[in-house]
Amino acid sequence: MVLTQQRNIVTRTWGSSVGKKFVMAVTGVIFLLYVIAHMIGNLKIFFGQETFDAYSEHLRTLGAEIFGYEGVLWIIRVVLLASVVLHMAAAFSLWYKAKRARPVGYQHKGHQGSYAARTMRWGGVIIALFVIWHILDLTLGTVNPDPAGGAYAKLVASFDRPIVAIFYIVAMVALSFHISHGLWSGIQTLGGNSAVKQHALKSFSIVVGVVIAVGFAIIPVSVMFGLVR
Amino acid sequence: MRITLRVWRQKNADAKGKMEKYKLDDVDEDMSFLEMLDVLNEKLILQGEDPVSFDHDCREGICGSCAMVINGTPHGPQKNTTTCQLHMRHFKDGDTIDVEPWRARAFPVIKDLVTDRSAFDQIIQAGGYVSVNTGSAPEAHATPVDKVSADDAFDAATCIGCGACVAACPNGSSMLFTAAKVTHLGLLPQGQPERQTRAISMLAKQDELDFGGCTNVGACAEVCPKGIPLASISRLNHDVLGATLAGARAD
Repeated sequence: MVLTQQRNIVTRTWGSSVGKKFVMAVTGVIFLLYVIAHMIGNLKIFFGQETFDAYSEHLRTLGAEIFGYEGVLWIIRVVLLASVVLHMAAAFSLWYKAKRARPVGYQHKGHQGSYAARTMRWGGVIIALFVIWHILDLTLGTVNPDPAGGAYAKLVASFDRPIVAIFYIVAMVALSFHISHGLWSGIQTLGGNSAVKQHALKSFSIVVGVVIAVGFAIIPVSVMFGLVR
Repeated sequence: MRITLRVWRQKNADAKGKMEKYKLDDVDEDMSFLEMLDVLNEKLILQGEDPVSFDHDCREGICGSCAMVINGTPHGPQKNTTTCQLHMRHFKDGDTIDVEPWRARAFPVIKDLVTDRSAFDQIIQAGGYVSVNTGSAPEAHATPVDKVSADDAFDAATCIGCGACVAACPNGSSMLFTAAKVTHLGLLPQGQPERQTRAISMLAKQDELDFGGCTNVGACAEVCPKGIPLASISRLNHDVLGATLAGARAD
């Protein structure tokens, strides 16, 4: 009999398909919490330029006595970046494993499973590309028409370009699908689902996905219709 | 009924297969799907052609042999039904029906619609059992089992190991099968001593045999002829998580 090696917790986790899903579930929770906080912060745009820019500055001075200027923000960024790397590494590994598991496909394609579940992978790729653009546009200002402006000025300048606003909205639709499946899937992966809870969990995840997408998308829509100038 | 069949024909494991078209003019709507294939095979034999190979045994929905993907759905359009219990009345006169084998690296095609599903046996060998001492049988009432656990365990135990979950899964994963076994044994008191090692050993075997990883798509539960709930996978995940954190090992 071949003896399995006593491995440490990292290789034990990463070494199994479900272990990789644990990593995706935990990093997914981090993203979800971040996205909710980000959405609530964004909605301050409706309280005017002064409030929004003050909020933006507050994020930078938050905990500055201990962590220095932008210190907390950098901690969040590092955690998010590490989570993205782990989430994507696990996702691509499982994607590769899935491709390997079915070398010959079906002639007659079936369509079992929800749309959200079947589009998780490409949806995730779209969200990743969007995030890159989003940082270049509104954080670094590299592709923003008003790179020197404050947070409010950059946002309005960016969404004054209809193509950018529409891309943002499309990305939010992708995000809502990703959360709709990802949230309940994460709970299932962490062992929190049961046949009794299943329906409620799925419905709850769809509601969370839609609320988050609407909370974000309402801003470019407001800029396009001149409600936020 | 007149039915046009497009069936996957493949001479042997190494041959390149393709879909072949067959026309049947005298299909009775009360025939089961397998009886319809029997009629086709009689016709092929009379014409001196090679009949279509397919697995079947009990023909009453409990052996899990009759593996075939019908119009893109394992076991066809009728929910909670194996192919042998599917009747032609669920199709319309003039329909074209595509019939293909399970598709998974772990289930290689042997001939036509017949696949080698011994990979499931290997997953069972890795942990799908309880260890009991031989000798005098214990008194049945000595170990009480609560009603809910008994019912849930029995529901999971109805898994017939047909492999439809793997065939339907876009990831080619056998999670629903493994989860059914882990749920069935892990809910009962007799299954407790090996509960953690069972989960990680069966999962490790499934990964090793080149089944894909689960992404909770739910296609498996939709096609399962025994209606094993998707949430069983959560129970497997729960046991795997516990075993992973605790460092349980089988050796």
